[in-house]
Amino acid sequence: MTDTTITFGNSPKPLMFKVRNILTRNGTLSAFFLLILVNLAITPNFLEIQTLYVNLTQVATIAIVAIGMTLVIASGGIDLSVGALMALAGTVAPLIMLSDFGMSNPSIGLMVAIPVALLAASAGGLFNGVLVSRYNIQPIIATLVLFISGRGIAQVLTNGELQSFDIPAFEFLGTGRLLGIPFQAVITVVLALVCAWTLRRSIFGRYLLAVGGNEKAAQLAGVPVKKVKLVTYTVCGLLAGIAGLITTAINAASDANQTGQLMELDAIAAAVVGGALLTGGKAPVIGAVLGAAIIQLMGYTLLANGVHDAVAMVAKAFIIIVAVYLQQMRGGSK
Amino acid sequence: MNSPSSTRTNLFQLLSRCSAHLRSEGVWIALVLMIMFGGLRYDSFLTEYNIMTFLSYNSMFILIALGMTFVIMSGGIDLSVGSVVALSSVVVAAVSPYGIEVALPVGVLVGVATGAINAFVITRLKVVPFIATLAMMLGARGMALVISDNQSVPVSWDSNFTHFGLGKAFDYLPWPVVTTLIVFIGCWVLLEKFPFGRHLLSIGGSEESSRLMGLQVERTLWGVYVLSGALAGLAGVMLASGFGAGQPLEGMGWELSAIASVVVGGTLLTGGLGSISATLAGAILLGLIFNILNFENGSGTITFSAYWQSVIRGGFLLVVVIIQAKIINKARAR
Repeated sequence: MTDTTITFGNSPKPLMFKVRNILTRNGTLSAFFLLILVNLAITPNFLEIQTLYVNLTQVATIAIVAIGMTLVIASGGIDLSVGALMALAGTVAPLIMLSDFGMSNPSIGLMVAIPVALLAASAGGLFNGVLVSRYNIQPIIATLVLFISGRGIAQVLTNGELQSFDIPAFEFLGTGRLLGIPFQAVITVVLALVCAWTLRRSIFGRYLLAVGGNEKAAQLAGVPVKKVKLVTYTVCGLLAGIAGLITTAINAASDANQTGQLMELDAIAAAVVGGALLTGGKAPVIGAVLGAAIIQLMGYTLLANGVHDAVAMVAKAFIIIVAVYLQQMRGGSK
Repeated sequence: MNSPSSTRTNLFQLLSRCSAHLRSEGVWIALVLMIMFGGLRYDSFLTEYNIMTFLSYNSMFILIALGMTFVIMSGGIDLSVGSVVALSSVVVAAVSPYGIEVALPVGVLVGVATGAINAFVITRLKVVPFIATLAMMLGARGMALVISDNQSVPVSWDSNFTHFGLGKAFDYLPWPVVTTLIVFIGCWVLLEKFPFGRHLLSIGGSEESSRLMGLQVERTLWGVYVLSGALAGLAGVMLASGFGAGQPLEGMGWELSAIASVVVGGTLLTGGLGSISATLAGAILLGLIFNILNFENGSGTITFSAYWQSVIRGGFLLVVVIIQAKIINKARAR
């Protein structure tokens, strides 16, 4: 008897959830299509394949960082340090490749450089996770530490100087193509699918959403809250590291002062536009990629139509507010 | 039955009072130690010239940190102050030919306007402060760049405008220092002697209970964000008149140093507790790190590049938040 009541009582809920999920995503999706329609109408040469390439190349880094940010936001936190960690990873890799060892053994140098750079960024994420989970420091302050000093470390490592290099195998990350598609776009799609799958199908995904939804309840239910947070921030750092490597590869140079500058804003904006709730408990990874695409496409639209770069910033500010406001309206009417 | 529980309450109160003292007085002890260190180590450290230059330069940071203290005490955050400083400096530079009598109110009004928009979005649209002010951070920066056409705006040297940033009151105290002192006293009185201060702390403690108690939550929050904006606007006036130009790209990351000052001062980010004077100490302390680093470089024993500054600031912030977290967690555990 009890079994049947439970199944009866529970079955409509996931369905409603799914419906609402699809609706939410459709809101973002329809905004995206609207943008494309507007572009078709007003932007010259929008249908050129070149336009697609430019946008795919540029959106990848925002999207990758936004995926990590979505995970952190889903846990009820925020990560301000992603831009700094991008700079760190982007600086460490060329340092190794351009060292005496790296220059004399180019292939080994590359094999070492990429993992070490990603390790450095992940370590930064882990550090954030430790501050947040072990010391109960509010995420915004905990990640502020690395926001301030992470870029500083990268600058100290290079003395603030530009490191340019000519290593085609590494530059492939940012300029190469796989079956005609920019390589970093492929990476983005793969990462997004892996994260989305993990969230849907793995225990970790359930845990993460439980922690973000109600931390105390999750703790009481036996969810290893601290471990979940540690992993989440580490993954966010790792993803920021990947984005940092891509940025460095695109430029064929690392610039500790510029790499990932203001990326935390773009990533948060993309996550929010994609449907992430800042209170946690919701992790629309695919939505975040879509959000990144909207932000990229909007910037491109304004740029291609000769609008001042700075006006684009104001427009971005509007979009963020409108997106959050609409989300809250939806949340309030449930 | 009654007495043990009340003893426990008393003990708890005593403990939290002790930890509050540690929080707010620790920063003063650190400040005194640092000044002693500097005074003993460098001959010209405690000279009038160094002290005045130091205070004059740091006035801007102290102003926005004071505003940030109110915001954080109310349980919110204001990420827009750095951009508002830039926007105000640009606008003020444009009206500088009319003299400081016009420029000063205009600069403050710019800040008030941005603060009012923040307050509107937060209280009416119910967007969380983090996102609302993040959007204003982008929006104000964009406006500053649009108005200035991406270039720094020279101020008029014919009017008395630059006298505000470079001149001295009674041939002794630099005007920025006098202004900051007045603002500091005003803030202290506002917090300690007016109902506004108590309402603020109550809202930061629990917005819901404050509302139920009949406090005018919305009105207080308006006051908080408008005040923070106004002080950022004032800092913009100092920037333009002290450096002879409105600078659309200045002020990046200032909001985070302001938050760091507040946190170092011991104000809890969860709101409901805080001290204006401790923020002052925190802001001076963070500035001193840079000042001492300069002296250390000048004395030639070590050569720290400017990039170390951010690493050390971040490290310092780290130490402070960990100590804070330990005190809080301990108080909570008992």
